[in-house]
Amino acid sequence: MRLAITGGYLIDPANGYEAPADLFIEGRYIVGVGHPPEGFSAEQQLDASGQWLIPGLIDLQARLREPGFKHKGTIESESRAAAAGGVTTLCVPPDSRPVLDNPALVEQLRRRAAAAGYSRVLPIGALTQGLAGEQLAAMYGLKQAGCVAVSNARQPIRDTLVLRRALEYAATLDLPVLLHAEDPWLAARGCVHEGVVSNRLGLPGIPECAEVIAVARDLVLIEQSGVRAHFGQISSARAVELIAEAQQRGLPVSADVSAHQLFLTEIDVGHFDARAHVRPPLRTQRDRDGLRAALADGVISAVCSDHQPHDRDAKLAPFAATEPGISAVETLLPLLLRLVDAQLLSRRAAIAAVTSGPAQILCQQCGSLGVGARADIAIVDPQQRWQVNDTTLQSRGKNTPLQGWELQGRVTCTLLEGRVVHQLPHHPDLNLRRVSL
Amino acid sequence: MPQTPFDGAAGPALQFDAEGNLRHFLTIEGLKRSLLTEILDTAERFATVRGQTVKKVPLLRGKTIVNLFFENSTRTRTTFELAAQRLSADVLSIDIPTSATAKGESLLDMLHNLEAMQCDLFVVRHNQSGAAHFIAQHVAPHTSVVNAGDGRHAHPTQALLDMLTIRQHKGAFHDLRVAIVGDLMHSRVARSEIHALTTLGTGEVRVIGPKTLIPSAVRSLGVHPFYDLKSGLEGCDVVVMLRLQRERMEGALLPSEQEYFQRWGLTEAKLARAKPDVLVMHPGPINRGVEIESAVADGERSVILQQVANGIAVRMAVMSMCLGRHGALTMPQPEGV
Repeated sequence: MRLAITGGYLIDPANGYEAPADLFIEGRYIVGVGHPPEGFSAEQQLDASGQWLIPGLIDLQARLREPGFKHKGTIESESRAAAAGGVTTLCVPPDSRPVLDNPALVEQLRRRAAAAGYSRVLPIGALTQGLAGEQLAAMYGLKQAGCVAVSNARQPIRDTLVLRRALEYAATLDLPVLLHAEDPWLAARGCVHEGVVSNRLGLPGIPECAEVIAVARDLVLIEQSGVRAHFGQISSARAVELIAEAQQRGLPVSADVSAHQLFLTEIDVGHFDARAHVRPPLRTQRDRDGLRAALADGVISAVCSDHQPHDRDAKLAPFAATEPGISAVETLLPLLLRLVDAQLLSRRAAIAAVTSGPAQILCQQCGSLGVGARADIAIVDPQQRWQVNDTTLQSRGKNTPLQGWELQGRVTCTLLEGRVVHQLPHHPDLNLRRVSL
Repeated sequence: MPQTPFDGAAGPALQFDAEGNLRHFLTIEGLKRSLLTEILDTAERFATVRGQTVKKVPLLRGKTIVNLFFENSTRTRTTFELAAQRLSADVLSIDIPTSATAKGESLLDMLHNLEAMQCDLFVVRHNQSGAAHFIAQHVAPHTSVVNAGDGRHAHPTQALLDMLTIRQHKGAFHDLRVAIVGDLMHSRVARSEIHALTTLGTGEVRVIGPKTLIPSAVRSLGVHPFYDLKSGLEGCDVVVMLRLQRERMEGALLPSEQEYFQRWGLTEAKLARAKPDVLVMHPGPINRGVEIESAVADGERSVILQQVANGIAVRMAVMSMCLGRHGALTMPQPEGV
């Protein structure tokens, strides 16, 4: 299949390209940017006039809920939602049920994702068996089965010696480690940021120091082990400072932030709004501003969705008894564009944070639109406004505090390796038409 | 509009119906001073000078009030029952062990079952902060909810009965210096009292206790923290002592009851720092010799028993106002002395 996407405005941060350009695709790869290769004749043409062509998004953390929680979402439903959000590569943490700590499960996950066909799924293997923080998981086997990194997800490794060994072993295998920094004792039974709102509502808090102390501890062990490490979903400005300092010293550490942390704060918990119940918790305005600044100056090089779809009942209880998490994969890009709109981030940096940025961390072969690259493409209508609600969200989880928000910028079409995996129905500006031969 | 579980964003407006009348009574936060004053005035008319309440009035005849207590409390439940009976409502009290409704879903199922029996008002006590808000968001439009204590969050009727007691003794609030002493961290009473005191324009509100029991963000509520009882009590007009739960020794919050009493327990000697006509209050039940010595608890400046009596009047006022929104109900005239 030879496809031409014409009339669009190409934004490709990986190659520093930002200009009107047509894209030419043959099979699964891009074969021409700007002009077709010699002898190319398109069988199909996509008219992308007035729209952006950007690399398919890479989401460093999204839970698909399968295996183990199919009442919340399935590989099929959530990878389809991802495609609707322009996400063509999903990194899936190991805390499914059962835990992704053996190669057979990883292979099964990849098979099922491939069968669904909406988005590429990159599994992240467990760092310790069962995520229990006691014995090392079979990291070599996990790597062989296709895991791009290892992580203990949000389960703490209490024993510092176990963490040290785990990092050393991962370093031996040249496997990157994803860390979710939270001191389990300080976080204890907390469910919101410890501060003004936890005090007002009488909810047990998770103090900022729970994250900062864990980051500090982890950094020392990263330096000692030489492992390539990435902090996922950093939530506090103070932790960002520590990471920036470590980067300046040349440590191989990177960090991401979830998109909602760039917009929401503890204040959004309001009067026990369980939709804003999320881990790490929404923190203060000062933290939000610190995270935005860190994204702008590159200390944080990726933004993820931290997508966590939930069933209705999961949020139907008094606040602390509800399950944390936000259904977020479809709002990832429009939220970032909001930062561009507010002139807090350049357009190129915003797109980079969900394409070339995460690509550098976990999947070098994705996230660019150069000749020879995989044809993972999101076509975005930057003008289209849409409201976040139960109808517009494709994910099975409707649990987002952004319900009712009007966002600007919508993915109208997504291609995964040259195949159209999402197309907004009845979109007037987009014509997929077969060129008669 | 059908309610979805994600209607969550319930601001202060949740407590009012479409006409702006009080429908639920969940928290003091966000209520206007004029409304608090109206509740206190109404309660005053139910209370007589002897600290009793009026005889039975027919205000809520034909209404059904259900006390849903997911957490034990003999005294609060009893005063709510008495208040409902004196308003001529039918009262049903249900004690539910929390374990039976650990999941929110069954909590809702139970509520809907009770609603089907045409209850008009739920009085709810629950060990989770926000439980009363949650229930109020999901009850049928004709049903009211009164919060009788939710987790560490709020206990608004307790706060108002204390305000009534203070007003009966001191008159206005603006010249008063009030200290709340003890475990602010875990106290729903304290949170509601702070909102009530600041809304009513109290001159200065202090909180006193060790740093392990005073949240660091407490200043955001408009109060001044003190970590030493003696200096904190200086010049106070009212001292509210909070109950210290035994389990606080286990979470490394305090070393021992003895040490707590030495440092933050209220004694006659320490009370001398306050004004001579200081009021000593306690929401009960009292731990004698832990947060307060008996000589003070039973002393002439203690108004602890008056608080209990006022509790009935305030709860009568709140329940009649929540249910009175459907039509004009005539208030009883205060009885002659």
